[in-house]
Amino acid sequence: MAEKQKKEKSETKEMVTVLIMGKAHKVPADATIMGAIEYAGYQIKRGAGCREGFCGACATAYRLPNDYKIYTGLACTTLVQDGMWLAQLPAIPAQKPVYNLDELKPDVTAFQRIYPEIFRCVACNTCTKSCPQDLEVMDYIQAAKRGDIAAVMDLSFDCLSCGMCAIRCPAEITQYNVGILGRRLFGKYLSKKSEQLDKRIKEVAAKKFDKEFKELMQMSEEELKKKYYARDME
Amino acid sequence: MYPEYMTPSLKKVAQSRKQRFELAKTGKPVFPPMSAEEREEVLTKFHPDYKPESKRQINIGVNKGDVFTTEIAEMLESRSRIKPGIFDLSKADYETDVLIIGGGGAGCAAAIIAREKGAKCIISTKLRLGDANSMMSQGGMQAAVTAVDSPTIHYLDAMGGGHFDNKPELVRALTENGADVVKWLEELGVVWDKNEDGSFVVRHGGGTSRKRMHSSRDYTGAIIMRTLMDEVRNFPADIETLEFMPVVELLLDKSGKCAGGILYNLETEEYFIVKAKSTIITTGGYGRLHIRGFDTTNHYGATGDGLILAYRAGGKLLFMDSVQYHPTGAAFPEQIGGFLITEAIRGAGGQPLNKHGELFVFPREPRDVESSAIIRECVEKGNGIETPSGRLGVWLDSPLIDMLLGDGYINKQFPAMHRQFIRYGIDITKEPMLIYPSLHYQNGGIEINEKGETNIPGLYVAGEVSGGIHGRNRLMGNSVLDYNVYGRLTGEYAAEYSKSVKLGALSLDHITAYEKELEKEGIKTDLITPILLPSYTPEDVRKRQLTAHYEGTLR
Repeated sequence: MAEKQKKEKSETKEMVTVLIMGKAHKVPADATIMGAIEYAGYQIKRGAGCREGFCGACATAYRLPNDYKIYTGLACTTLVQDGMWLAQLPAIPAQKPVYNLDELKPDVTAFQRIYPEIFRCVACNTCTKSCPQDLEVMDYIQAAKRGDIAAVMDLSFDCLSCGMCAIRCPAEITQYNVGILGRRLFGKYLSKKSEQLDKRIKEVAAKKFDKEFKELMQMSEEELKKKYYARDME
Repeated sequence: MYPEYMTPSLKKVAQSRKQRFELAKTGKPVFPPMSAEEREEVLTKFHPDYKPESKRQINIGVNKGDVFTTEIAEMLESRSRIKPGIFDLSKADYETDVLIIGGGGAGCAAAIIAREKGAKCIISTKLRLGDANSMMSQGGMQAAVTAVDSPTIHYLDAMGGGHFDNKPELVRALTENGADVVKWLEELGVVWDKNEDGSFVVRHGGGTSRKRMHSSRDYTGAIIMRTLMDEVRNFPADIETLEFMPVVELLLDKSGKCAGGILYNLETEEYFIVKAKSTIITTGGYGRLHIRGFDTTNHYGATGDGLILAYRAGGKLLFMDSVQYHPTGAAFPEQIGGFLITEAIRGAGGQPLNKHGELFVFPREPRDVESSAIIRECVEKGNGIETPSGRLGVWLDSPLIDMLLGDGYINKQFPAMHRQFIRYGIDITKEPMLIYPSLHYQNGGIEINEKGETNIPGLYVAGEVSGGIHGRNRLMGNSVLDYNVYGRLTGEYAAEYSKSVKLGALSLDHITAYEKELEKEGIKTDLITPILLPSYTPEDVRKRQLTAHYEGTLR
């Protein structure tokens, strides 16, 4: 078998028509939006990142035939449909206030200070409906308003910062940055600390492993190999 | 949804599951781990690096005569984007203490520390800040924290995984800084997976002898990267971030010290001169070069840019004959072909199985060994499953994880993986995934010492683009640790160096010299590097792209 796994494109592939920024292109019916844009011949500069659903670079808005609704998705994980009219958002104009995490408290005052606009939330749930990760976005904004940092952390954990919520929000909230602040406050202040971690840091600082390191680093490859294959497994 | 013809094989997987579950519960290896000789044999016969045509001699530069991965040798034997003579180097458009090339994990960590040490920084990145493989790591970060573990045990695991080629002092710095990095990230607000008592949830990875994988569900990289980016953005006065503005050549001064770089604005197509007292390359890896035609788990921007920047300036490369293929890339459905399936799935008890539903390899061999065993099972033994598009793969049995660790474990700990497959109607809590090795990591890179220094004064390197730490095979979870440890170290040392260095007149003579060497060696090439972005334009479109001359564009 050739190492290159992909077979050549079959000529008989089922095709659909999509409108990329209004221009019609025939693309494979099973393509993702990103695949379709590249198939059509575009070299993406803005609008592609990890291509696997982690980075949020490829936020895309689209409409479907005979449907008034506006849909949102990631170009890398959303499949095309016949008649889809789509445009990628090259960047999201979002505000990111600067702050010193050391000076914030892990309660509602942090949000009051840094993101006061969350109190303008009208609970319309448009953010939740526009989330390509299906997160309960409005719920974490509500949690932030209550100062429930743990809930902000948990509900926003899988957020990709694609910005679709922020661009659709009538209260002009930048939800994903609120989520980042909530998670950072939780990680720094509210997650229970590990004593063993501090102990290990002290051991390293006191050069506890110095001698062992020196021995290991001076070993011949043969000695090291022997030690490696004889090591015990947890 | 799997096609119907796979049903008999899926049934066999389900049938053997109970027995494999009983076996896993004993805590003993579910399949005998390979001896040194067995590892050697499977690697020699099946690892893509061992094919004779996978490597060739490089005919130019500092490493001339060394054997490199063929695609890398070709990438390096290439022309510059710029004509040195037309740049007026007497005036700089930007001046800074530390120029950081690359806005991923290493770059952000370096910027945060360099700023703390009093340096002004510029981060140049060709896409957005945080557009990096760092964002995509799923399974976790190794750090020797638990009482039964130690940095020296971690050291031994890393050396063995790397076939003992690793530079010892680099591995020591890596492993000894593990606990510190865990703490530093937690203080910046990274949410680590914890037990009730505050201790860390730790798992195994391939080639680990202790459970030391620290995670943030399966969004580990995304959580760390967004924390680091958020912190970088808290200091706009000290850290200037230039997005869609890659560095396309390094600048040296007349005495050969690194002195900054030439920036290229991808959108306006302008060039700018950055004069910097020190420079850190943190450009990541090269998965998007699709070595040997493999799909990749890598980010869109992983085109090996830092290698050519350093190489043209006289930077020495190490282990450029070694490529990492991740054992578990997705093989089905086609739309996610090559995507990363975290090794933590195997760390948590997931098992690779052939089409008969049988175990054929210890699930946690080091990556190169595991990948080679999977290729052997498909290619030599004919025990793979063929997909409708002609890919081969083996099963990765995930439902076993919920049986071993409790219902709901996958949904809680592997939300990204669950989401990746449920979009296509495959529920990984009930059915296995189909997998095949995927191009994952650049094992070698620009040679560094334990301070992240290179053979060029003032040039530092951190993260995947560096070479030596991982030998010829990196273990899971050591790259997240690597970019944090060496990002921090280079940030510190570059800031320190910037305080005393005196730069002479700027020079691009090394570019001219490299072009002359190409000519002298009779190397004829149209390739212009750094590559910056991969092209996925279909052939028939390319045939119609008939503009006679492009100026400054990507093509």
